[in-house]
Amino acid sequence: MSNSSRAFNRRHVLAVVLQALVAPLVSRSAAAEDAVSLSLTIKDGKFEPAELHAPAGRALEFHVTNLNTIPSEFESSDLHIEKIVPAGREAVIRVRPQQPGRYNFFDDFHRETQGVLVVP
Amino acid sequence: MLAALIIVFREVFEAGLIVGIVMAVTAGVSGRTAWISGGVGAGVLGACVVALFTGGLSQLFGGTGQEVFNAGILGFAVVMLTWHNVWMARHGRELADELRAAGEAVVAGSKSLLALAIVVAVAVLREGAEVVLFLYGVAAAQGGGSWALVAGGLAGLVLGCLVCLLTYFGLLSIPSRYLFGVTTALISFLAAGMAAQAIAFLEQANIVTALDQTMWNTSWILKDSSFVGRALHTLIGYVDQPTAMQVVVYALTLAVIAILMKLFAAPQAQRPRAA
Repeated sequence: MSNSSRAFNRRHVLAVVLQALVAPLVSRSAAAEDAVSLSLTIKDGKFEPAELHAPAGRALEFHVTNLNTIPSEFESSDLHIEKIVPAGREAVIRVRPQQPGRYNFFDDFHRETQGVLVVP
Repeated sequence: MLAALIIVFREVFEAGLIVGIVMAVTAGVSGRTAWISGGVGAGVLGACVVALFTGGLSQLFGGTGQEVFNAGILGFAVVMLTWHNVWMARHGRELADELRAAGEAVVAGSKSLLALAIVVAVAVLREGAEVVLFLYGVAAAQGGGSWALVAGGLAGLVLGCLVCLLTYFGLLSIPSRYLFGVTTALISFLAAGMAAQAIAFLEQANIVTALDQTMWNTSWILKDSSFVGRALHTLIGYVDQPTAMQVVVYALTLAVIAILMKLFAAPQAQRPRAA
């Protein structure tokens, strides 16, 4: 009995220590919680809206919905993101805080589909 | 056709570089052709399966399935590359001696070959899944495949294989006494780059958010989306605006590989050999 409870305690301590070590690395920090949400759709070779605005210095969260019947890949070399968006699905992509500037994004599977994020 | 050529070439190019390096690393090891082809085959098969289930995959882990999956297989490849380098640090000299003694390529290195075959499979799988999805999308939009699409895809594939062969013969042209050192360094940087890439996926998925400030910006010298930038990204993990976490993980991976290689280095390496 005491043996098993000691074993449990040890495991418990280990879990707490591990959590303390790992938590700062993987936890959603306060800054990430209030990421600025940006929604857009892909339809017939166009982003809607094709121009988005977001404040500087805040983490961003793109919500991209693909309204086509074929897959797309939402990508931005400027923002260092790429994600396949299957037909009829929504993809969520986090972007680290950005400096002021204009950041192009596109559908890598259909390069004519272009958009821009403006950070004033 | 041109779009198909470009996208297929770009993806095959990245996998081709890695396959070329692995071929050079295993030059002279018996059975390596079977292992590497096996890796490529498994990668192609895996790419088709991943492409087929992308819809379901992306819904996993609260919509971050793709990122978690990519980070996972990249992490796996990093472990395999590390393991290969450590294994070579221990047995590389024996291998080289055996090669010299036998005077021909009969060496048993199948354990290390499995690790590298897995790396090849992961590289082909990652790049291949995008090719499959893209080609499927174009074919679906056209209401069926077309000869132009097939021709473009094939041309891209051939060009990509050319890159693979160029990498291979380029590395083999290095004098053999330097080749081991060069490939060891290449594998280490490959692993570090993949580890940093895995972090980038976890950052995009909002799983890793610590240390996400941009460390530096070298996009004015070389954009990582340019041709040379992409090659360097694949080879050494070049990123023009890395986050602090990516830099930390990159350095940590290099350090861990170096330490493990030192720890497990063959002790008799210094001892003069009896003739």
